[in-house]
Amino acid sequence: MSSYLKTAHEILDLYRSAKISPKEVYESFSARIKAVDPKVKAFVHLAASTPDFTMPGVSPIPIGLKDNLCTKGEEITCASKILKGFVSPYDAGVVEKVKSSGGLIMGILNQDEFAFGSSCESSCYGPTFNPWNLACVPGGSSGGSAASVAADEVAWALGSDTGGSIRQPASFCGIVGLKPTYGRVSRYGLIAFASSLDQIGPLTKDVTDCALLLNIIAGYDERDSTSVNYHVPDYTKALVNDVRGLKIGIPKEAFVEGLDPQVRSAVEESLNVLKKMGAVIKEISLPHTPYAVATYYIVATAEASSNLARFDGVRYGLRKMPTSTRKNALVDMYEETRFAGFGDEAKRRIMLGTYALSSGYYDAYYLRGQKVRTLIKQDFDAVFHDCDVIATPTAPTVAFKVGEKISDPLSMYLSDIYTIPANLAGIPAISVPCGFSDTGLPIGLQLQAKAFNEEMLLRVAYSYEQNTPWHTKKPNL
Amino acid sequence: MSISIKDVQYIAALARIHVPEDKLGSLAKELSNIVGYVEQLQSINVDHVTPTTHAVPLGNVLRDDVVLRSFTNQEALGVAVEKTNGSFKVPLVIE
Repeated sequence: MSSYLKTAHEILDLYRSAKISPKEVYESFSARIKAVDPKVKAFVHLAASTPDFTMPGVSPIPIGLKDNLCTKGEEITCASKILKGFVSPYDAGVVEKVKSSGGLIMGILNQDEFAFGSSCESSCYGPTFNPWNLACVPGGSSGGSAASVAADEVAWALGSDTGGSIRQPASFCGIVGLKPTYGRVSRYGLIAFASSLDQIGPLTKDVTDCALLLNIIAGYDERDSTSVNYHVPDYTKALVNDVRGLKIGIPKEAFVEGLDPQVRSAVEESLNVLKKMGAVIKEISLPHTPYAVATYYIVATAEASSNLARFDGVRYGLRKMPTSTRKNALVDMYEETRFAGFGDEAKRRIMLGTYALSSGYYDAYYLRGQKVRTLIKQDFDAVFHDCDVIATPTAPTVAFKVGEKISDPLSMYLSDIYTIPANLAGIPAISVPCGFSDTGLPIGLQLQAKAFNEEMLLRVAYSYEQNTPWHTKKPNL
Repeated sequence: MSISIKDVQYIAALARIHVPEDKLGSLAKELSNIVGYVEQLQSINVDHVTPTTHAVPLGNVLRDDVVLRSFTNQEALGVAVEKTNGSFKVPLVIE
């Protein structure tokens, strides 16, 4: 079997038994990218340099990186025209860790512009397509990361998740995606969208790979002041096929209007599987989660409007001047650069966030949003007194058609209805494949756990995976 | 709460984004739709609730006041759009 079809842990096994060389692995994946990426368009560009195979003591695994992770010598743009030409002078914390583990960086992966979106369509490079059906979106914003893994173009990938941007595309592409606890993984070198919500995480072909990649990227980094100095376990130790006695909470608020009946039945069936394996399923309530999307679009856009103020044409990326003077040369440059450089959704979000923070509206929107965030967090705290994990669908639907939601921002926002609460609460959450629609599109099951309890997520996800066939299915490309 | 064309002009100036005249109307409508949706938060009682600024409670993080390696002037200017005498060059600010 060609090595591109294998998981990272299978490739590591082949290295251990000396059945394959890093160069052969690299060439197999390179050929796969060449063959399928013209259709999938997961990459915005391939790595600027070819890897050095002489590094001793490492086991190189082909990886793709989202276009918002600073990687030395690579053009990193957040899929935005405003950052075109920015060649990063340094490596993000996670990129350093990937490199020192011997990771083979195959290239930089597409995303929604500044991670603003759920479909990977707002990229200045054009959309990425879903490997399971090229007429559909791969989800977003880490759509390139999810599609590249599902299409076997890389063994695994890194993405970032602010409101579901790892988990929702993982669900749409039939792979595993984990958003770690806020503070578990360094954000140093991640181009910020919403600093209190952003977290980098793995997108992988199975749960074992998810644990392995989390082992590589987790840990304290003094260059990220929100990184938490807390013990990092060996996450592979959590891969235990046993859920007997574990309590799985099902929020009654999750099974409501707007949930695709096929997604509902796949998730209900997955809960039956877990029940048969000995888990205890119980109904719970998270009464404030129906307000999560509204809260998110205040908090996230407010933070984004502040973070994106740095893109002004002064230092790097795009600089534009209007053809005639409007205010004064410097202000004209800011305003023209930001007009020409940001896409429609970026402009909308910056302006919404600016509005929420503006004098006279701050208390009514931003401060109120932060207070509702407290209530949502308290809902989770209360439930985790008596539950080990909370299970919901990852997304309310399967992958939608390219173009279907792009002109209706609000309906796009609602595709993150199940994933946003975990970001607001700062807790870890994982999406695992749990079935297919009758149109052959993947469905994801989301599991959420207490802060810093990624091990519990991995244990339940692994147990589920070992007792179901979904992770072994491949798209026809 | 709906966002007027005048509001859009005001927000655009705060956000330093040029919005052409012919886009003001559609932007006002789109922003009004979203603000209309988030209006649901007004129905929640948040009296005596402490706002959450960060999911993980953290204090100020300080480091020792010592010089560490950072970018050299040359490295930092490597990405500059325009530079002069070791600095980023911008359009004339004071006439």
